[in-house]
Amino acid sequence: MSQAEYIVTDELQMAIDAALTLSRPLLVKGEPGTGKTQLAIEIAERLKAPLYQWHIKSTTRAQNGLYEYDAVSRLRDSQLGDNKVHDIGNYIVPGVLWDAFDCDEQSVVLIDEIDKADIEFPNDLLQELDRMSFDVHETRTTVAAKHRPLVIITSNNEKELPDAFLRRCFFHYIAFPDSSTMQRIVHAHYPDIKKDLLSAALSVFFDLRDVPGLKKKPSTSELLDWLKLLTADDLSPEMLGASEPRTILPKMHGALLKNEQDIHLFERLIFLHKQRNR
Amino acid sequence: MLLDFFYRLRAEGLPVSTGEYLGLLEGMSKHLGVYDLNHFYSFSRLCLIKDESQYDQFDQVFQNYWAGKEKLFDDTLKSIPDEWLKLNDPSSLSVEQKAMVEALGGWDKLMQTLEERLAEQADRHQGGKKWIGTGGTSPFGHGGYNPEGVRIGGKSKHRRAVKVWEQRRFKDLDGKQELGTRNFKMALRKLRRLARDGKPDTLDMDNTIRSTANNAGMLDIKMRAERRNSVKVLLLLDIGGSMDYHSAICETLFSAVRAEFKHLEHLYFHNFIYEKVWRNNSRRHTDTISLNELIRTYNSSYKLIIVGDATMSPYEISMPGGSVEHWNEEAGSVWFNRLLTAFPNCVWLNPESPNYWPRTQSIQMTHQLIQGRMHSLSVDGIQQAIDTLKTPISKNARIQTDN
Repeated sequence: MSQAEYIVTDELQMAIDAALTLSRPLLVKGEPGTGKTQLAIEIAERLKAPLYQWHIKSTTRAQNGLYEYDAVSRLRDSQLGDNKVHDIGNYIVPGVLWDAFDCDEQSVVLIDEIDKADIEFPNDLLQELDRMSFDVHETRTTVAAKHRPLVIITSNNEKELPDAFLRRCFFHYIAFPDSSTMQRIVHAHYPDIKKDLLSAALSVFFDLRDVPGLKKKPSTSELLDWLKLLTADDLSPEMLGASEPRTILPKMHGALLKNEQDIHLFERLIFLHKQRNR
Repeated sequence: MLLDFFYRLRAEGLPVSTGEYLGLLEGMSKHLGVYDLNHFYSFSRLCLIKDESQYDQFDQVFQNYWAGKEKLFDDTLKSIPDEWLKLNDPSSLSVEQKAMVEALGGWDKLMQTLEERLAEQADRHQGGKKWIGTGGTSPFGHGGYNPEGVRIGGKSKHRRAVKVWEQRRFKDLDGKQELGTRNFKMALRKLRRLARDGKPDTLDMDNTIRSTANNAGMLDIKMRAERRNSVKVLLLLDIGGSMDYHSAICETLFSAVRAEFKHLEHLYFHNFIYEKVWRNNSRRHTDTISLNELIRTYNSSYKLIIVGDATMSPYEISMPGGSVEHWNEEAGSVWFNRLLTAFPNCVWLNPESPNYWPRTQSIQMTHQLIQGRMHSLSVDGIQQAIDTLKTPISKNARIQTDN
């Protein structure tokens, strides 16, 4: 997926420019599958800058990104009488942000899914992201960024982020692409897809997104997966049933609908549709 | 002028701060978002708005404020962004300029006239080459008013055909709209409180290290319990009658609540709370639970959420025997107060639009009984309700209403 071109809207372009010019973190939100994480990878590639990825889990603490003090190895070394034990610096393990700050050129830092962490997590990073430096208490040194990295933060909206944190970021919401943008995206990924198949597939896809009451609407990444399956099987556009929407379950629907209740719902719609046409 | 826009945003309740405004100015001084209004729109939104649920509101303010002023950007900002930024306040004009503005009927009048002219121009001469107020006596024809950037000259352009903020693309994300399960879940998630509860079965690394160090290096292992979502919810749902209109939204809320809380008890009632409630609506006449039993079974650590439209005859609340379904010995309000005493962290969610609340007497009565802890069943309402749930209902006020 990374070789293919990543389609950036004007607004997103502006957001990236602004974040680079004013060197502020950029917070990106959007439906799952709209390429939030991909964005950081893409920016790093285009800037030819090293990318540092920090994937956040529910147990992640801000400290993990800075450094960790490996007390357990030190304890073991002390019990074994290893000489290393006298220098505490031997047990300081740098985290992602330290690596990025230490980098000799401007780097891109991805803090992925920041909302997964504890509510306090963003607050603990305020100073570090503002000043781009932090103190190491154990060795009494300060780590400062040689070049302020471009920080991309993604969120899935599971938790509200604190105001103080938001104030320091630029915010961009990746809206779901409209059908012309979607065509560009698909073209970037599958340059030689048949035109009629693509338009049939897109119309089925957008129709499916319009079905009321779906638990999980299919998103861009699901569309791309689905198209891959369609092209691999070399299906004809007629088999997608785009001419008469909601009459048949689209081929390979498993790539689009990932919830059995959604599939049932769609089947019921088809049934109703058939009855009405009878 | 930009400052004016900033205050307009604040007046609309968007939480924009000085720091963000300065960030906007800093960006503009570095030529970000100054090329045309579309750029300015993207950049100002990027700087000022931090939540997609506020996009729609921002779009509306932006539309209101900038409608008809696109030319300011097209003509002026391109050439003199810096001056424009420095002189964003009418008070910085020179004396004669001020006099000129006054002669034209004041600043606001001027802007208004300009707006009208621009609108006129767009309607009648789309793509035409006529200048706005060429020569003659029109205040817009000459190059005056330069410091404020209201210099109109050059060819009039098309009004931008596509203005993104006018399309209101983010309407669906507005927190005030009632939305699906996911948004409810998001709102309810705020109620989550993780606590360590149960058997200590995971290794507490930090504590182990600390106590080992205290123990002069001899291992001293500490264990602790896992973190769990410890919030308990008691959900009482009004069912039948006037609630049928709201069944879809209640269903959504219910499925959201179900997914979000481990300790969830749900029970039904009809119209108002009396001596009994039931767990299964199909067996409502045979299988009931008395309210006293409910109060005994669940302790006050449960948070009580009542969902109902509270729309009924006032007698159903205030009078013994007022219930529409059975003869109740004691009035609904008596039972209701007992319930509130047992579960002080309580809230009432009303699917009826808040506009109707003041007009319905029974809603007013309920509102009073629950001391204003009634919120609308929308995403925003639930968020407010969650905040309300954090504090218990005050006891003194309740005794007063009893009397």
